[in-house]
Amino acid sequence: MMCKICGERESVINVTEIVDGEVRTGGLCAKCAAEKGIETGIGLAETPLGGFLAKLGEGVGPDAALAAALGLGCPQCGATLHDFREVGRVGCASCYLIFDAPLRELLRRLHGSTHHTGSRYADSSAAIQPSPPSSPSDGDLRDQLKRAIESEQFELAAELRDRIRRLAGDRE
Amino acid sequence: MIDLSLLPDGGMAWLEASGVGSHLVVSTRVRLARNLKQHRFATRNDAAEREAIYGEVDAAAAEAAGLRRAVRFRVDHLELADRRLLHERHLLSRELAAPEPEGRVRQGGGLLVQESASIMVNEEDHLRLQAIRSGFALEGAWKAVSTLDVELGQRLAFAFHPEFGYLTSCPTNVGTGLRASVLVHLPGLVLTKEINKILQALTQVGLTFRGLYGEGSEVVGNLFQLSNQTTLGKSEPELLDHLGKLVRLVIENEERARQLLLRDATSIIEDKVWRAYALLRYARTLSLDETMNLLSGVRLGVGLGLIPNVGMYALNKLLVFAQPAHLAATERRTLSDDETPVRRAAYVRQVLEDEVGRRGPSAGTPSA
Ligand SMILES: [Zn+2]
Ligand SMILES: [Zn+2]
Repeated sequence: MMCKICGERESVINVTEIVDGEVRTGGLCAKCAAEKGIETGIGLAETPLGGFLAKLGEGVGPDAALAAALGLGCPQCGATLHDFREVGRVGCASCYLIFDAPLRELLRRLHGSTHHTGSRYADSSAAIQPSPPSSPSDGDLRDQLKRAIESEQFELAAELRDRIRRLAGDRE
Repeated sequence: MIDLSLLPDGGMAWLEASGVGSHLVVSTRVRLARNLKQHRFATRNDAAEREAIYGEVDAAAAEAAGLRRAVRFRVDHLELADRRLLHERHLLSRELAAPEPEGRVRQGGGLLVQESASIMVNEEDHLRLQAIRSGFALEGAWKAVSTLDVELGQRLAFAFHPEFGYLTSCPTNVGTGLRASVLVHLPGLVLTKEINKILQALTQVGLTFRGLYGEGSEVVGNLFQLSNQTTLGKSEPELLDHLGKLVRLVIENEERARQLLLRDATSIIEDKVWRAYALLRYARTLSLDETMNLLSGVRLGVGLGLIPNVGMYALNKLLVFAQPAHLAATERRTLSDDETPVRRAAYVRQVLEDEVGRRGPSAGTPSA
């Protein structure tokens, strides 16, 4: 969803306000929210991380929207990618598996690497195991796409289509 | 009020000015961020979970040699004055100490201190292990904190990813979770206006800088905390080595700037440091910022051998004890905003007078 004020940036927060006795809701981007004095937690914007997060939003916006639309939070902590973008903090260890792709990209941008070469945690049996992220399968996505089209949710449908393409691309 | 004498060396062995290069480097700090894999991180957990985290860390610490005799604080059970005191000693972060009058203290926040090492519990990460050493002592600080890490790692299940390494609440700390920082005094580079060039160069090679009080704090008294920017992709020894090399380079530049100042602006420098000394020695009110800036002048004078009757230890001690919560603790009562600058000036005068008493009068001794 784009910001309802500037229409230029991805919205990061939903606001409800009363204008002329009417209740209006809509999403605001971090910049416009800041201008209205609304705390988004992305006062981070000036920090290096904030800059990356803003970019992260551009790259994986559809992912986040899709995840939100599909209710795909992290099974351990419930956080969604949207939550991460708002606070700039990861919810739990599992989040690093669930949101592997965007976090991997973020780590690469922040550190110039994703590969830890320092000391290994001694109790490796206790360390979290690399399991494939429980993202929806191609079949699940196709079902959802069909339903989205039937219910005329074309924005969602477009995202699902992109997602299916990417999934196919990943396998090649 | 808590009894700080319970803390070994009052938790301040790092003030002793014994370390290498201690006239330029005040202290070295190394910290490691660790999280427990079964628990949600700070922004997603609740009070009950933080209690559980504190309980697990506390139990593990009781079995670890490096922490068995640790003094333990439940930060959420401490009064504001005590939280400020521990914050001013660099034992608690601003986030955990909530030192503002209306500051909300996070339930489950804890602090364990044994010798020069300590652990903050339920900070941004479940555990923040840290060690502070006097002077330039990256290796010593690293060893202390690394020992704790190994001991606790045998008893706690840390969140560790086979590729990314140690997992942290903020992605900027992932990998080693290591942040090493060296607190350096750089008046020469500031006076010769070289400092911006140097800091800019440092940020391009993976270092960051901040003020004395950590993240987001302003630089006062020409004290800069230099630390590694990234934590992933390099091993701990590589990160420490890289930082160490760059700090040495900064120190060399600072030494050169000081010699330049002394050679080309002798009377200006002499005047500057003695004026700083005179103000600290005789002023009747002092703000914290003014004190820090004047201390910088005196420290420079001592480093250049211009002011002979003041020890580095006394100057380091003033960095800590001239702060508001410490002044209040020394007076054993709350100080009003008007009283604090008066008490601060009196305290500083006393410390400097004691130094003269111990080292003999020398003010006015021409250095030429
Ligand atoms: Zn906008
Ligand atoms: Zn999670």
